[in-house]
Amino acid sequence: MKKEEIYQILKDPEFQELIKKVTAVSLSFAVVMMVVYYSFILMLAYAKSFLSTPICEGCATNYGIVIGIGIIIFSWLITGAYIWWANTNYDPVVRKLREKFRR
Amino acid sequence: MKSLKLSLAGALLPVPALAGKGEAIVGMNPVAVGFFIVFIALTLGITYWAAKRSSTAAEFYAAGRSISGFQNGLAIAGDYMSAASFLGIAGMVATKGYDGLIYSIGFLVGWPIIMFLLAEPLRNLGKYTFADVVAYRLQLRPIKILAALGSIAVVILYLIAQMVGSGKLIQLVFGIPYEIAVVIIGALMITYVLFGGMLATTWVQIIKAVLLLSGATIMVLWTLAKFGFNPENLFQAVKQTAGEKWLQPGGLVKNPIDAISLGLALMFGTAGLPHILMRFFTVPDSKEARKSVFYATGFIGYFYILTFVIGFGAVVLVGLDKILSIGKGGNMAAPLLAQALGGDAFLGFIAAVAFATILAVVAGLTLAGASALSHDLYVGVIRKGESSEEQEIKITRIAVLVLGIIAIVLGIAFKDQNIAFVVGLAFAIAASTNFPALLMSISWKKFTTAGAVASMITGLVLSVILIILSKTVWVDILGNSAPIFPYKNPAIVSMTAAFIVGIIVSLMTQEPEAEEKFEEMKVRKYLGIGAE
Repeated sequence: MKKEEIYQILKDPEFQELIKKVTAVSLSFAVVMMVVYYSFILMLAYAKSFLSTPICEGCATNYGIVIGIGIIIFSWLITGAYIWWANTNYDPVVRKLREKFRR
Repeated sequence: MKSLKLSLAGALLPVPALAGKGEAIVGMNPVAVGFFIVFIALTLGITYWAAKRSSTAAEFYAAGRSISGFQNGLAIAGDYMSAASFLGIAGMVATKGYDGLIYSIGFLVGWPIIMFLLAEPLRNLGKYTFADVVAYRLQLRPIKILAALGSIAVVILYLIAQMVGSGKLIQLVFGIPYEIAVVIIGALMITYVLFGGMLATTWVQIIKAVLLLSGATIMVLWTLAKFGFNPENLFQAVKQTAGEKWLQPGGLVKNPIDAISLGLALMFGTAGLPHILMRFFTVPDSKEARKSVFYATGFIGYFYILTFVIGFGAVVLVGLDKILSIGKGGNMAAPLLAQALGGDAFLGFIAAVAFATILAVVAGLTLAGASALSHDLYVGVIRKGESSEEQEIKITRIAVLVLGIIAIVLGIAFKDQNIAFVVGLAFAIAASTNFPALLMSISWKKFTTAGAVASMITGLVLSVILIILSKTVWVDILGNSAPIFPYKNPAIVSMTAAFIVGIIVSLMTQEPEAEEKFEEMKVRKYLGIGAE
């Protein structure tokens, strides 16, 4: 690919808009995941007694188990959410730009 | 040194010291041998088929970029669900309770991060190894040397863990001497990688992932059936046999800094594992790369929920004393539970599955290590990027042999570490050496070659030194009375330092060429134009 073509794409407002959007969305997703995970770690350090509390009177299952399993399921769902976003917002723009520059 | 000497002495004896002790050893289990022979025959057949399709470099390293997102998701799960996950985490849940779950969560949460920050750019920018991506806009040689060193360090630590797991397993089930078993594994894995390349390795991973997921599912259903399919009843039984503290967070998180350090290593270490990153080059485009992470995260998360139940099932149905009598780390909890549930036949099946697991993971690791040696070091550094494909593949095959032999030797040398923890150390190096440079190279315009070099050296050297000074090596292996570095995991210091040093050195140096290439790279990174 020639330099001029590359710079033509780089200057395209739609391409610049795409970069901004993708960066913002992927960073937000990453931050959400980190907040969830490190909140859990901090709970382990500072809220051990809460995590050890049974979810009902006489139960053996406690909040720690529910939250722990919950984080595993959340991790999977959030990757699904990103796919959904990328399929509906990212890919169509990529297709459009590739067509525009016939690549 | 003590444990090392002991295991070396053990290796010299014709029969491993552990054999004959402990009632779980059943000798040649016909079911295990049968399943294992079927698995070997099937995978060797695949290797024969794949060998004909592995003549070009793109075929050998990246399976001709022909793997679908779903297949790659399974293969990634196959690469990731190692013996450390299956045997180590189940053992940890059995012997330490809830803390085992903390480990599994840490192993999983790196996946969404890979999805959001790395999967698409990695696929669009990469060729065969993650070092290609780091070096994309920087100077080839220095980056390749260090990225290859980072890869090889991680691969070798990981290989040790896998080999230890396999040795223990064979002692338990097959009753053949440890060294012979390790040699068999080494020979098989060399065969897969040497002849079948990435295509054979991928299919071995897929078969193994399906086997492991179904084996673990059967085990969990069987366990839960004994508790009326109600997890609460299982937890009640754990409470009665092992005590309520088994269900609660315990000693793993003694102080928050240690916990965050472990968390950083697990979360970002996943994003720096060379054999995992390599898988993103096997799919046709970034959309499939994205899909593979989604499937992989689902399979791996499901699997960790299963190991949690398996660990607790072992506590109740096998008993803690018996688990600990077979091995200190509790690594045999899952096979012992299988025996308690379905006798020697089911033990044989689960053992064959675990054996396949180890074999598949070591094959993936060896391929990643060999591509670092050949594609990164030989072609990138010695031949300065100029080499014929034939030459490159030839060197890779030699590297496969060398790494296979190293793996066999190390597998015999290291014996008595909890394998989940050895893998934890590999993650610390991956998080500190590979991940910061990779992330900064694809996302920060002012990142320079000097910055990358400084960052990788800092990460590698600091994580290795701090591991030596931590309790695991300084006290438990070298026999000193107190550790010099207070935390179990170095990532909080070494990874942070790698980022800071990379940023400072980049700001102090100028590399207009790298900045220009960064701009040009955007077209390929976001649109996939020009991607291989």
